[in-house]
Amino acid sequence: MSWPVTDAVVRMGRVALFLGRVLGQCLPSLRYPRLLIAQIYNAGARSLIIVMLCGLFVGMVLGLQGYDLLARFGSESALGVAAALGLVRELGPVITALLFAGRAGTSLTSEIGLMRATDQLTAMEMMAVDPVRRVVAPRFLGGIIAMPLLTAIFNVIGIFGAQLIGVGLVGVESGSFWSQMQAQVEPRDINEGLIKSLCFGVACSLMAVYEGYHAEPTAEGVGLATTRTVVASAVLTLLLDYILTAAFLNS
Amino acid sequence: MGASPTAEAVVEVSDLRYSIDGHSIFDGLNLTARRGQITAVMGPSGTGKTTLLRLLMGAIRPDSGRLTVFGEEVARLPRAPLYALRRRIGMLFQNGALLSDMSVFENVAFPLRAHTRLPEPLLRRLVLMKLQAVGLRGAADMAPGSLSGGMARRVALARAIVMDPELLIYDEPFVGLDPISLGVILRLIQTLNATLGITSIVVTHDVEEISRIAHQSYLLAGGRAAAAGSPAELLAAATPVVNQFMRGLPDGPVAFHVPAPDYRTQLLELES
Repeated sequence: MSWPVTDAVVRMGRVALFLGRVLGQCLPSLRYPRLLIAQIYNAGARSLIIVMLCGLFVGMVLGLQGYDLLARFGSESALGVAAALGLVRELGPVITALLFAGRAGTSLTSEIGLMRATDQLTAMEMMAVDPVRRVVAPRFLGGIIAMPLLTAIFNVIGIFGAQLIGVGLVGVESGSFWSQMQAQVEPRDINEGLIKSLCFGVACSLMAVYEGYHAEPTAEGVGLATTRTVVASAVLTLLLDYILTAAFLNS
Repeated sequence: MGASPTAEAVVEVSDLRYSIDGHSIFDGLNLTARRGQITAVMGPSGTGKTTLLRLLMGAIRPDSGRLTVFGEEVARLPRAPLYALRRRIGMLFQNGALLSDMSVFENVAFPLRAHTRLPEPLLRRLVLMKLQAVGLRGAADMAPGSLSGGMARRVALARAIVMDPELLIYDEPFVGLDPISLGVILRLIQTLNATLGITSIVVTHDVEEISRIAHQSYLLAGGRAAAAGSPAELLAAATPVVNQFMRGLPDGPVAFHVPAPDYRTQLLELES
C-alpha cells in the first residue's frame, strides 16, 4: 500500500475530494462576509510588508542583471520592457505565490491544525456547524482573493525597483525606459499574469487548508503539516507555472 | 434526586460492537440513560469512554448493535437529520474546546448565531443569562486563552446549554481541576439537571465526585458494562473488577504491569 506512487495518487484524490467539499461550501460561507474580510486581511494585509520588500529587491536585481545583459547587445533602452514583462508575466505571480506559501499558507495550516488538535473543529461539528463552511471556506476564498492583489503590488514595487537601479544608478534614460514599456506591454501580458496568480492562489490556499484540516492532532503533526504545505505549494506553483506558460505561448 | 427509575429512555445502547483496526473496543455493550437523570459512565483509562461519546454523537459508526438517541438510530442518520439531532444535544469537551479566535461572549453566542436569527438584544440577554448561570458574566469580554482551566470549562458549559439542549454530555468534566473549580462544576451539573430537567451523561473516572450526584452508574470494562446500578450498589458489588476500580486498588483484574517477558530472565540476558 505504501508504495510512493500509489501514495501520491491517493493523496491527489483526497485533495481533489476535499476541494469539491470546500467549493460546495464557498457560496454558503458568504453568508458571513465578516469572516471572509478577516481572512483577506489575514492572508493579504499581513503579507504586504514581505511582498513589498521582496518585490523591491527582485526589481533591483532585474535592473542590474537586465542592464548587464542588454548592454551586450546595445539595447539598454529595452530595460523597462524586459523588467516589466519579466515581472508581470513570470516573476510577480511565481515569487508572490512562494512568499504567500511561506507567510500565509503556513499560518493557515498551523491555525487550522491547532483548531483540530484542541477539539475546536470537533466541537463545531457537535454544535451542528460544518467546520468546512465556517473555518475552511473563508480562509480558502480569502487566500484566492489576496493572491492577485499581492501580485499586483509586487509588480508595481518591482518595476519601481528596476527603475531605481536602471535609471537612477546605471544610467538608462528615463524616457526610453518608460516609453518602451508603455509601447510593448499589452493587456494580454497583464491578463496572463493575473490568471497565473489566481491559479496559484487556488493551489496554495487549497494545500494550506487541506494540510491543516487533515493534520494529525499533535504538536508534531501540526509541524509536519506546515512543512508539507510549503513543499506542496512550491512544487505545485512551479509545475502550474510551466503548464500555464506553455498554454499561453501556444495560443 | 427523585427521578423515577422507569422514566423514558433518552439514550439506549444495546449489544453495541465497535473495533478499531481489529482491536475490539466494545463487545456487546448495553446502556440506558433515562430522561431527567444523571447517568455516570465510568471506567479505567482506555476503556473507550470517549469513543462511546463519539458514537453517541454520530461522529463514528458502530460495527453492529443498536444505538438510539431520542428514539433515532444515530448510525443510520444522513448528515442533515444528524445535525438536527445534534442541536438537541449539548456537549462539554474535556478541555473546553473554546474557539480561540473569539471572545468568551462570542463563544457562548456561537450556536445561537449559527442556528437562529434572534435579534441582537435578545441574543445578548440569552448569552448573559447563561454566563450568569456559570458565574462568568464578568468574563464576557475576555479571550479564551486568558482563562484558567476551570473557567474555560465553565464557559464551555454555558455554550453547551445556550441552545437549551434536552441532553447534556460531559466528557471528563473533573479532570485537572482544583478542588474549588471541581466543586463548582459538580454543583453546576447537579443544578442544571435538577432545575432544567436536562438528561445528563457524565463520562468520568472520578468515582467519588460522580457518586455524589449520579442516579445511575455504569462501569465499563472489557468492552461491556461490567456493572450497573446506583453508586451505592456499585460500591457494594463483589465483582473483582468493580471492587478494584471503585476502591482504586493498584493491582487486580486490571493489571498494574503491562504484559512483558519475565523480569529476571530479561535482567540475566542483559548480564550475558
